[in-house]
Amino acid sequence: MSERQHPGINLTHARPQDARHAEVTVFGFWTFLMSDAILFALLFATYASMVSRTAGGPSGAELFDIGNAFLETIVLLLSSFTFGMAAVALKEGRQRAASLWLVVTLLLGLGFLGLELREFSSLITQGATPQTSGFLSSFFVLLSLHGLHALVGCIWIGVMLAQIAIFGLSRPVRSRLLRLGLFWHFLDLVWIVIFTLVYLPVVSA
Amino acid sequence: MNPDLLFGKLTLDALPFYSPIAAGGAATIVLGGVAVVGLITWLKAWTYLWTEWFTSTDHKKLGIMYVILALVMLLRGFVDALMMRAQQAIAMGNEGYLTPDHFQQVFSSHGTIMIFFMGMPFLFGIMNYVVPLQLGARDVAFPLLNAIGLWLTAAGAALVMASLVIGVFSTGGWTGYPPYTELSYSPTVGVDYWIMALLIAGTGTTLSAINFIVTIYKMRAPGMGLMQMPLFCWTALCASLLAVFALPGLTVAGGLLALDRYLGMHFFTNDGGGNVMNYANLFWIFGHPEVYILILPAFGVFSTVIPTFSQKRLFGYNVLVYATMCIAVLSFTVWLHHFFTMGADANVNAFFGIMTAVIAVPTGVKVYDWILTMYRGRLRFDTPMLWSIAFILTFVIGGMTGVILSIPPLDYVFHNTLFLIAHFHNMLIPGMLFGLFAGYAYWFPKAFGFPLDETWGRRAFWFWVVGFYLAFMPLYVLGFMGAVRRMTYYDQPEWQVYFIIAAIGALSVLLGIVSQIIQLVVSIRNRAQTANLAGDHWGGQTLEWSTSSPPPEYNFAVLPTVCTLDAFQVAKDMGTPHLWPERYEPLEVPRNTMVGLVFGALAFLLGFATVWHIWWLAGLAIIGIVGITIARSFATETTRIIPASEIALTELRWKQAILAQQGDAQ
Amino acid sequence: MSGPWEGNAGGHNLPQPNAEARQERAAYLWGLSLALLLTAAAFGLAVFKILAGPALLAVIGLLAVIQVVVQFRFFLHIDLSKSKREDLQLILFTGLLILIMVGGSLWILGNLDQRMMG
Repeated sequence: MSERQHPGINLTHARPQDARHAEVTVFGFWTFLMSDAILFALLFATYASMVSRTAGGPSGAELFDIGNAFLETIVLLLSSFTFGMAAVALKEGRQRAASLWLVVTLLLGLGFLGLELREFSSLITQGATPQTSGFLSSFFVLLSLHGLHALVGCIWIGVMLAQIAIFGLSRPVRSRLLRLGLFWHFLDLVWIVIFTLVYLPVVSA
Repeated sequence: MNPDLLFGKLTLDALPFYSPIAAGGAATIVLGGVAVVGLITWLKAWTYLWTEWFTSTDHKKLGIMYVILALVMLLRGFVDALMMRAQQAIAMGNEGYLTPDHFQQVFSSHGTIMIFFMGMPFLFGIMNYVVPLQLGARDVAFPLLNAIGLWLTAAGAALVMASLVIGVFSTGGWTGYPPYTELSYSPTVGVDYWIMALLIAGTGTTLSAINFIVTIYKMRAPGMGLMQMPLFCWTALCASLLAVFALPGLTVAGGLLALDRYLGMHFFTNDGGGNVMNYANLFWIFGHPEVYILILPAFGVFSTVIPTFSQKRLFGYNVLVYATMCIAVLSFTVWLHHFFTMGADANVNAFFGIMTAVIAVPTGVKVYDWILTMYRGRLRFDTPMLWSIAFILTFVIGGMTGVILSIPPLDYVFHNTLFLIAHFHNMLIPGMLFGLFAGYAYWFPKAFGFPLDETWGRRAFWFWVVGFYLAFMPLYVLGFMGAVRRMTYYDQPEWQVYFIIAAIGALSVLLGIVSQIIQLVVSIRNRAQTANLAGDHWGGQTLEWSTSSPPPEYNFAVLPTVCTLDAFQVAKDMGTPHLWPERYEPLEVPRNTMVGLVFGALAFLLGFATVWHIWWLAGLAIIGIVGITIARSFATETTRIIPASEIALTELRWKQAILAQQGDAQ
Repeated sequence: MSGPWEGNAGGHNLPQPNAEARQERAAYLWGLSLALLLTAAAFGLAVFKILAGPALLAVIGLLAVIQVVVQFRFFLHIDLSKSKREDLQLILFTGLLILIMVGGSLWILGNLDQRMMG
């Protein structure tokens, strides 16, 4: 097995300077993701410190639908896997298969966003809005920021599908898909913390 | 049609006719802007500026533009400082010449500007110019990202300037603590301007910092290990890491405050389950590392200047590297010392107090390293060295007062007094600004091919140092006497004499700044006599001095191979400072692009529209930002080739300059 | 024309060893299976009330950490091999900072809450 140079997709490089380019951009993208991770960590800390600040409004135990959260978790996890399949197809140079797996990933991503919006609208119709209490403000902001990342990821997949169609699996396209892969898996990492910190503790309460 | 839809909250009342002083400030900004635009048009310089500067992604030009931005903002921030010193010198038992509201705007904009729009751009400018050259690299890792970083910083600065003309600025201080900055207590647009300027500039800084981390990790010259890197690059790396990991704190604190203000959420409100104390927590998670973002690169400058002007190698390089890394990590463990008095129990305060005192240890180690570098050296007292020596002496005083403040029971006494103001100015002016001035004087001949005038440089130095002591030592005394910070006026007659001394100090600093402006003019006027293309103006030890002054766009025609520290000094000692190959290879450089500038312009529009609730414009700006990002990803021809013949010609011209200089010397 | 910044060089139709792709697919399948298992375990413990209170928090917290490591290993391909040291260092440093910031924030804010409301 050849030595892997980078996380994510393993690209085989025709020229050494391509490998160098990928190494530089991927490291830069990791740095960005780690900055983003700190952002989420601070929002998690804020959420944890505000869980009990319901100001007389509803608490998480009264509001959260654990079934919906489970469904969201599975959809997002599957999308991470299908992106992996796209990455393997990409590595084998199978353009159609790669595009197809990306489309599946995109659909799962949109499905996740749909589930999240359904949850939000259900909460808001119950009168649990971000303005109700500090607890709900931090809940909505944490989830929305994650959702915003998912939306950006979906748009990015759309752009990459167009670029694959136009440029084929050229070097810049593969390099961008590599970074998109990191971004997409990162979304799932954040979600693990969300369901562990936000949803699960209130089920048994 | 409803005008609110079109203009949001923006009406003619936003113009600053509420006070003649504010109107005067606004008029100065507007007339200054018109004068600059008029001058550029009269000189027919628009095409030149556009093609050579505004659309450039060359790290050297971006660095110079950063420094220009910083110097302009230094003037603005210093005018605020003068106004405060004047107000407090007069306002004993009377109301002075500024209304309380205006005075609050002045100290808020002074702090915001000096930290985010003077200090940060100045040091990112110097890092931009110097780091790739010291690494022996042809470019940074992400030239376009670098340009976007500059223009986002400029957009933030432009928002602060715009607040002077249209609307008001925040009255919440540079820290913007809620609940005062919540909508119910600060209903004007001032706080919104402050938040938007910081969020936009913070994004820019994060992007620049990512660029530097990758550049330093991945773009070093062949053979240069991390421990063969000049110390300035180490401090740039640590400052960039701090920026990447600390700025999310500012983004979260500012963003959540904005959500409270715009959408009525309850993060930091008094009611609805908000928690004001979390704001202080989040802000200082960012705020304390920020202090080291500002100071570490200046430490790097001193570590470059002191050995060069002592004509010795740097003493204790390894120790300095480890001390820098220690400071970087420890700076994330002390943030509570900014709010010892908030009411945490003694265990919490003790922990953060001890961590704070611990930071003084690596900093002290550094001071000894610099002193021992000078010990038995052949010292030359050019202006960069003068700034460095003044730094060491003055900074030690500030460090001592910092250790006093790190002790929680003492902090309870000094909290919010002028003692604190004196302390952090005593850290940041010598620690950051003197370092930036030393770097400015030291690398100016590299960037422009001619040095700054020494005579005026010395005058500026003495006015600044004397002014600093006169302005801030009285504040320590006032702190001991119980004078609190941010007072518009007071009724203690015995304080006034100290405020007057401080105002005289500020006037001395003003003379220093005037001397610096004269220095620049004189230096440019005399450049024909002082020009030195050959490159090694000071007898430098690091690779930036192994190129011509100014360096060519591609930096190095032949990448240097490095196997030791102070690579250029070693090469000079071996008698082979320059490499002249038989033939040159063509080199690839990024093409100019307007993407960075457009990004900055759109970010400014987004910020302005959000401040004034002009939602259609904000929406358009967001669509523009997303659109330009996607469109750029489809661009393919983003680089160009510099032909070998052109490189050969440039290098030949440089070689002749070196030979001519050697001829003069003999 | 192509170079270190942009370009559209090919290289995508190079012959690829099938064994490597098979290994990769297997890695993603392993990752998916383990992640599903860990997720199901965490949800199961909470929903079926097998554990409660601090014990539940501790166990699901541990499961989350394991799942993060699993996803890093199988999806993001971060392991202890020498070629990825810099990425690993970056991630570990971030982990340390998150620990400091989140732990510190909860300590500080919890302490203040306790003293003001307790």
